[in-house]
Amino acid sequence: MDAFTTHTGTCAPLRRSNVDTDQIIPAEYLKRITRSGFEDGLFKAWRTNEPDFVLNRPECVTASVLVAGPDFGTGSSREHAVWALMDGGFRVVISSRFADIFRNNSTKAGLLTVLLPQADVEALWDAVEADPTTEVTVDLKAKQVSYGDVTVPFEIDEYTRWRLLEGLDDVGLTERNLPDIEAFEATRPSFLPKALPVV
Amino acid sequence: MPKTLAEKVYDAHVVRSAAGEPDLLYIDLHLVHEVTSPQAFDGLRAAGRTVRRPDLTMATEDHNVPTLDILAPIADPVSRAQIEALRKNAAEFGIRLAPMGDRDQGIVHVIGPQLGLTQPGMTIVCGDSHTSTHGAFGALAFGIGTSEVEHVLATQTLPQYRPKQMAVTVDGELPPGVSAKDVILAVIAQIGTGGGQGHVIEYRGSAIEKLSMEARMTICNMSIEAGAKAGLIAPDQTTFDFLQGRPHAPQGADWDAAVEYWSTLRTDEDAVFDREVHIDASALTPFVTWGTNPGQGLPIDGTVPDPADFADEGERRDVEQALAYMGLAPGTPLREIEVDTVFLGSCTNGRIEDLRVAAELLRGKHIDPDTRMLVVPGSVAVKAQAEAEGLDRVFLEAGAEWRGAGCSMCLGMNPDQLKPGERSASTSNRNFQGRQGKGGRTHLVSPSVAAATALTGKLTAPADLKDTVTV
Repeated sequence: MDAFTTHTGTCAPLRRSNVDTDQIIPAEYLKRITRSGFEDGLFKAWRTNEPDFVLNRPECVTASVLVAGPDFGTGSSREHAVWALMDGGFRVVISSRFADIFRNNSTKAGLLTVLLPQADVEALWDAVEADPTTEVTVDLKAKQVSYGDVTVPFEIDEYTRWRLLEGLDDVGLTERNLPDIEAFEATRPSFLPKALPVV
Repeated sequence: MPKTLAEKVYDAHVVRSAAGEPDLLYIDLHLVHEVTSPQAFDGLRAAGRTVRRPDLTMATEDHNVPTLDILAPIADPVSRAQIEALRKNAAEFGIRLAPMGDRDQGIVHVIGPQLGLTQPGMTIVCGDSHTSTHGAFGALAFGIGTSEVEHVLATQTLPQYRPKQMAVTVDGELPPGVSAKDVILAVIAQIGTGGGQGHVIEYRGSAIEKLSMEARMTICNMSIEAGAKAGLIAPDQTTFDFLQGRPHAPQGADWDAAVEYWSTLRTDEDAVFDREVHIDASALTPFVTWGTNPGQGLPIDGTVPDPADFADEGERRDVEQALAYMGLAPGTPLREIEVDTVFLGSCTNGRIEDLRVAAELLRGKHIDPDTRMLVVPGSVAVKAQAEAEGLDRVFLEAGAEWRGAGCSMCLGMNPDQLKPGERSASTSNRNFQGRQGKGGRTHLVSPSVAAATALTGKLTAPADLKDTVTV
């Protein structure tokens, strides 16, 4: 995973709530077995069916910060939704509420999800719609979002912040605790099932 | 300190806990399917890692599988490649696989319980959000992404933060024709698609205790649709009776030890929940969704809502967008909505009890001539059981299609899809835009509403049938 420290870019204002992962990337794109190239499926239906969809607007083509309504990323656990956003050029998603699995998947792949109060999201929408060239800086070290003369702090748990700042993968971190895993395994009750075929 | 059921299960699996870090949680069972695993296996290979506990891992093919001609090669080359990748990975890493055609194949959340692999007090994960289904047994079961699939394959653990605790208490007697599906749709409509975020929901109360295991699975299955991390129900005699004698259930002295432990898996009297919701079962009616998220549902007696009635601008916009997609006019009685397709199946409602309920309503009748009905059993074993009971004949004689097992039209990764503009009544779990096929429109319903709707061609409650259908 690439480290995330600070990012500056323009925004795509997505004024919709309950943007589910089926919209972010439809199931037909999930048949691939590679981990890249998902940008062609990003918001496929809306891009195809709605000429005025935000990502079809010329001023949003190079946006790297998605500003969405509440309950972003609901539904399926597909991490492909995170990959599609990143493959589509996004490094940050800002919303007032994220679905848990989506947010968790983001932290594994290096997409920063920033939780802001809905009023701050609305203000950012207004600013970006008034001037699409508005650049937003998301600073993970300082835990703040800034644009124009506005600066808004955000919260993120310290452990996730550290992992993102360092670009660390979880598996390697967990492997440092192998003795704890082995000790735990020795205490598991014998009645627990094994998945091996029953003869 | 008094604990909830979920806290007891969580605490029993903490491998390591340190200040400023997530807990490391041990995973008792890892279920794998073809869609969310190939990149995880590639990650293992790239890092030179192995699967730590292949004996606690089981794979099956479900999302892509065709439900017709299941023994022929898959026609779609991309789907076929994904299935072949799973077969190769399972063989290379020594993981048991139930492939298409195998007697144990089926939707991953149907086969775990059916084999007795899903047991009370376990931690269970799968790269699929409906893993919450397994919570019906008093397991802590939740969906994960592909990076976490790789993490569990490599270490059999997951870093986790302690979830918050929510109680949904359903007391009273469910009226006839009202099922577990109606209960969970009503819960989601009440608390919203984000109502459960950060929480594990424990379903409790007299109405829950009376439910069969199949019905409990339906409820826990859709916990994710309320945004919850997991849903679970305390194990009881119904749970033990379901499990006893299944292939992977404990036997002999192990069974006794297991039941003794399982019997302790109840929320302590004075345990505290972060949030509590109460539902009166006796006030519930068949529930259907009208919109494009599972929280947009109403009793079938209702009418399509009017965006003008919503004061909040965001909500009004949501309703407008949903109605535009669904092609519905405000004020339309839900019972007047005509459907093209009825889908009976999925990890929500593809178990034997669901098929029995629907077959009972269809027996000796014929579905509406302009409506097609797909019946897709959740697993090969469910299909075999239904055929042994003659349910396949009932469906076929009623004019429905009797298919092979898989996820099918729940998400349309196989050829079973709605065409643009087509409308379904579906026993699945998601009415998202395009979920069942590009441009398709989905109304989520229970198995009995699905069967009644198939008979009339319009959204119909089972109790309506005596007036509208002649035998």
